[in-house]
Amino acid sequence: MKIPLSWLKDFIDLNGLTAEDIARKLTLAGMEVDEILYAGLEMPVYKEGEKHEFKTNGIAWDKEKIVVAEIREVKAHPNADKLTLLDLFDGKQDQEVLTGAPNIFHLKGTGKLEKPIKVAYAKEGSVLYDGHADGHVLMTLKRAKIRGVDSYSMVCSEKELGITDESDGIIILDDDAPVGMPLADYIGDAVLDISILPNMARNASVIGIARELAALTGRKLMKPTIEFKTSGASVTDSVEIEITNSELNPRFVAGLIRNVEIKPSPYQIQRRLKLAGIRAINNIVDATNYAMLELGEPLHAFDYDVLKERAGKNKIKISTRTAKDGEKLTTLDGVERKLTSTNVLVCDEKGSLSLAGVMGGSESEVYDASKEVLDATGIETKPGEMPQGKITSRGKSTVNILLEGAAWNFINIRRTAKQHNLPSEASFRFSRGVHPSLSEQGVKRGLQYMAAWAGGAVAPDLVDVYPLKPKDSVVDVTSQDVKRLLGIDLTLEQIAELLTHLEFKCEIKSDKLQVTAPDHRMDIDEGVVGLADVLEEVARSYGYDNIPTTSMADALPPQVGNPVHEWEEHLRDLLVAVGLQEVVTYRMTSPEREARLSTIENYVRIANPIAPERSVLRRSLLTSVLEIAEKNARAESIALFEVGSVFEPNGNDLPFEPRKLAIVMTGSRLASAWDVKDAPNFDFFDMKGRLELLLSGLRLTDISYTAAESTPFLHPGKAAEVKVNGKIVGVFGELHPLSKEKFEMGDAPVVVAEFDLDLMRSLNPTYGIKSVPETPPIYEDIAVIVDASVEAAAVEALIRQTGGKTVTNVRLFDVYVDEKIGVGKKSLAYSLTYQSDKTMTDADAAAIRNKIVKRLENTVGAKLRS
Amino acid sequence: MLNQLKEIEKSALESLAAINDQAALDSWRVANVGRSSPLMQVFAGFGKLSKEEKPIVGAEANRVKVALETALAERAEAIKNAALAKSLEEEKLDVTLPGRSVNIGRLHPSTQQLRRVLDILAEMGFQVYTSREVETDDTNFQMLNFPPDHPARDMQDTFFIETENRGDNPILMRTHTSPGQIHAMREHAATNPQDPPPIRIALPGMCFRYEQITARSEIQFNQVEGLAVGKNITFADLKGTIADFVRRMFGEGARLRFRASYFPFTEPSAEVDVECFVCGGKGCQVCKNSGWLEILGCGMVHPNVLQNGGYDPKIYSGFAWGMGPERQLMLRNKINDIRYFWGNDVRFLEQF
Repeated sequence: MKIPLSWLKDFIDLNGLTAEDIARKLTLAGMEVDEILYAGLEMPVYKEGEKHEFKTNGIAWDKEKIVVAEIREVKAHPNADKLTLLDLFDGKQDQEVLTGAPNIFHLKGTGKLEKPIKVAYAKEGSVLYDGHADGHVLMTLKRAKIRGVDSYSMVCSEKELGITDESDGIIILDDDAPVGMPLADYIGDAVLDISILPNMARNASVIGIARELAALTGRKLMKPTIEFKTSGASVTDSVEIEITNSELNPRFVAGLIRNVEIKPSPYQIQRRLKLAGIRAINNIVDATNYAMLELGEPLHAFDYDVLKERAGKNKIKISTRTAKDGEKLTTLDGVERKLTSTNVLVCDEKGSLSLAGVMGGSESEVYDASKEVLDATGIETKPGEMPQGKITSRGKSTVNILLEGAAWNFINIRRTAKQHNLPSEASFRFSRGVHPSLSEQGVKRGLQYMAAWAGGAVAPDLVDVYPLKPKDSVVDVTSQDVKRLLGIDLTLEQIAELLTHLEFKCEIKSDKLQVTAPDHRMDIDEGVVGLADVLEEVARSYGYDNIPTTSMADALPPQVGNPVHEWEEHLRDLLVAVGLQEVVTYRMTSPEREARLSTIENYVRIANPIAPERSVLRRSLLTSVLEIAEKNARAESIALFEVGSVFEPNGNDLPFEPRKLAIVMTGSRLASAWDVKDAPNFDFFDMKGRLELLLSGLRLTDISYTAAESTPFLHPGKAAEVKVNGKIVGVFGELHPLSKEKFEMGDAPVVVAEFDLDLMRSLNPTYGIKSVPETPPIYEDIAVIVDASVEAAAVEALIRQTGGKTVTNVRLFDVYVDEKIGVGKKSLAYSLTYQSDKTMTDADAAAIRNKIVKRLENTVGAKLRS
Repeated sequence: MLNQLKEIEKSALESLAAINDQAALDSWRVANVGRSSPLMQVFAGFGKLSKEEKPIVGAEANRVKVALETALAERAEAIKNAALAKSLEEEKLDVTLPGRSVNIGRLHPSTQQLRRVLDILAEMGFQVYTSREVETDDTNFQMLNFPPDHPARDMQDTFFIETENRGDNPILMRTHTSPGQIHAMREHAATNPQDPPPIRIALPGMCFRYEQITARSEIQFNQVEGLAVGKNITFADLKGTIADFVRRMFGEGARLRFRASYFPFTEPSAEVDVECFVCGGKGCQVCKNSGWLEILGCGMVHPNVLQNGGYDPKIYSGFAWGMGPERQLMLRNKINDIRYFWGNDVRFLEQF
């Protein structure tokens, strides 16, 4: 919410406080000031290296050069039809000023004005925004000749002074503006742009912020005096109100003002509204907005005569009810809304008038005949211009106003505003909770302003239907509570003082303080929750900064660690150690994207996806990592992994979230270098080697690899399942050529792996650190020729089995295929290490070797290669 | 004879002086101090000498021998040094050529930052508690004091999961790690419902919000929360603990401020700003000229949340705070686009 300081000053004395002081206090107390916009007041100047505190913007007005002046005559320019020359008095001397402003053009040549026009006058050398440039461009006013006339000063538009972006006409000040006074002293302002937290609806108002400032500074809040003369017949004679659901509409108040004259509001009012971000429309609409911004109660003005006409001879009967499903209402913005049974309507006997608490209907809106509105487009015509197209016209301006102030259920308003995508100033406040006590205050304040700005006579009473009065929240607070939860020592008197500033009623009853929430607050509960609500107010008023910082004295719980998390982190470290880069990908994907690897029927689906390609939760972690590999396809070498959840549907219940590991490697095995040419590409065995290191790092033993011919996305000849303790924990291999085709990757093979981490984690690691033998080993190489179909793993297993524990290492160092050794044959060459507790001789080794060779001959038909 | 020895010495030294390579040196050695060299002939002819001549010639022959051998050694050393100097000169590299790299693995920046945060929290006695990413409305919102249609839900736009009608308890993607607070409290309380034990945990994990993916907003992000619950925990303790954390995280001199704020699951609530570590508080693009960076939200656990977790709010109190590792990285490294994190361009990742 944007709040001009000048407006705050209506309710609190801010002498001695700069805009930044005020912003700092509010920010720390939960009303964060996002920006300070200066519109006239002096701005702080940060010297080089000085600390900033707030984002600031805007312009300060030079007190010598920019002053209030009056136009005494509007004369023609001798050489330009569209320009005028003004006879102007700046409080000290007469000036001749050139302008093209359209809003005084019609006075050209009418002679000396009967009533001088008060304007904002800038002398030579003034620093202003350029009114003709896009955005905010500073310029210094310089002397120039325009069409033969000397120009050295100007009358300003709002844009030039940084009030709004309006540059079409000049500002016309109120008649009582003091000529000669520095403009900054008259209407110089600074605007605080404040974020309103969801629990602080009460502070979406000038009075709310003033009240908080009063509590933060210990100054007095000057509450508004709501006073006005009344006359004429009672409202209750002609208007009746019925509330059908008091839960949804606890209170409805209506007041009547007769014989108003619709015209622009005083400039001071328009300026404040504009600085607060609200368009100035006319004195009646402005009065409802102004009172709303001031007190926080949204108001709605009806054209009383329209209601009367609709009622015919009967009394106007206004009722509030829920809409029928499918019922329609055209709102003020010209949109026809299709309603549902949760929407609340304000109706008369002829039909609906407004969408309660959200937006009015167009039919009974306050009407200004001088500003005919183009149908459908909603574009206002400019004075003196003929409107084009079809015109909505009701003929004559509104004269009698029925003003509504009501209270609505905030949850219901929030639903309705969301449903119709209708964020408005009213729904912003009502959807956060506005206390019903404000209905009456709001209506009275609105009527007071209407009477002041539009003339007219306020009827002597209000129609006030108040079926559901909220219970006052009463909370007991003790010094012990404050100590226990806030950690500070306060007496009951001190607590009472802090709360009284915020208008809580406080009464000391022996050892406790009985606190009653003020009648503008909906956010204070009772009981243990109420205590927290009240203590928050104590803490804010006391100042978070003034609360000490202490170390926890409470017992430290036993430190037990988190084995699952630690296991996964260890896994990540191992993966990094074997040269893999971790990636983290989106959980949301689409079935089509995952279908590139495998077709899955059953997904956890997002009900409100952000885009079609993020419509389900992933089931294949590998696809996600492959997509990242694809994105990085231009890199020479890609070696990626991800550890994360996939999501398996579980009927109407929470899905399963198994943890997976996926690895993708492709491209060059070696890092590129200027003297490395044509490095080999990653293949099956690069992956397998890394997996072996990984599994041994996890201290797993009893690992076996078997050919996996039927994993659809893997090359049938280059794929393996990994078993630990006989359980399949993962599969890896080269991507099937047909799967690979679906990804835009280079020519190099893509090797992938996918593991089930929940299963792997459940397997018992076998911690086996062997002692390093002291005796010398004997190394020996043997090569055997076997059929090509014999698996290397089988040969190695036989060697180990036969050799027993004396053969401490078996390493395959060569695989050789050639016609010379026989068609359909291969040679496997192993390096064996023999070692035992005592020193072995060559003869000992030879004996074992012979046994091994014999075993291989007998079992797999191997022949020793000579 | 003595003259002959002098002559041998002279001519040998002269020829040695002209030698510049190892091969010539070897020939010289054979020719001058070898078995059949003139000098050795002198030694061989020793027997023929008179008794008087023997010691004189012997002494002189030995002197010449030592002199030649010394000269030979010196010459050999000189030649070796010259050769070494030559080869060193020839082996000179262009040291400006790039080094030969190895492909190394790295953790994703988010994991790295999560670890930094969790390590600090572990030192402070907060242990990791992880929980699921898909939650129910109950645990993600209602038990955390967000009733259905509460305005505070506007702060957390939510992805819902398609199910058959589950009434007021739809399934959704968690919008924060706070559902873990409920899970953890309930688990702890279940161990001793009459007198639940104190809790100090860190809750890390991926969270999801219904946002457009832009440079400033993402549909998923990591969060880490700290939660302390006990019989003797105050707002002053919250301030102290966070000040301790911020010191460890951002350095000894990090200035911070507590701003009142609102979160449904804590009361009182605060947001914590750290003095901008990019500009030192002088105002820059990173802190949007405010001098402060918003780094975490915190507050005293709301009585309804304690109650829902199985802890009696009349006896127990606690605090919680939450922060975003990606945001911390962005601020620290002036990263201006959050999409880098899940974009996983290796050219981004390998900078961490």
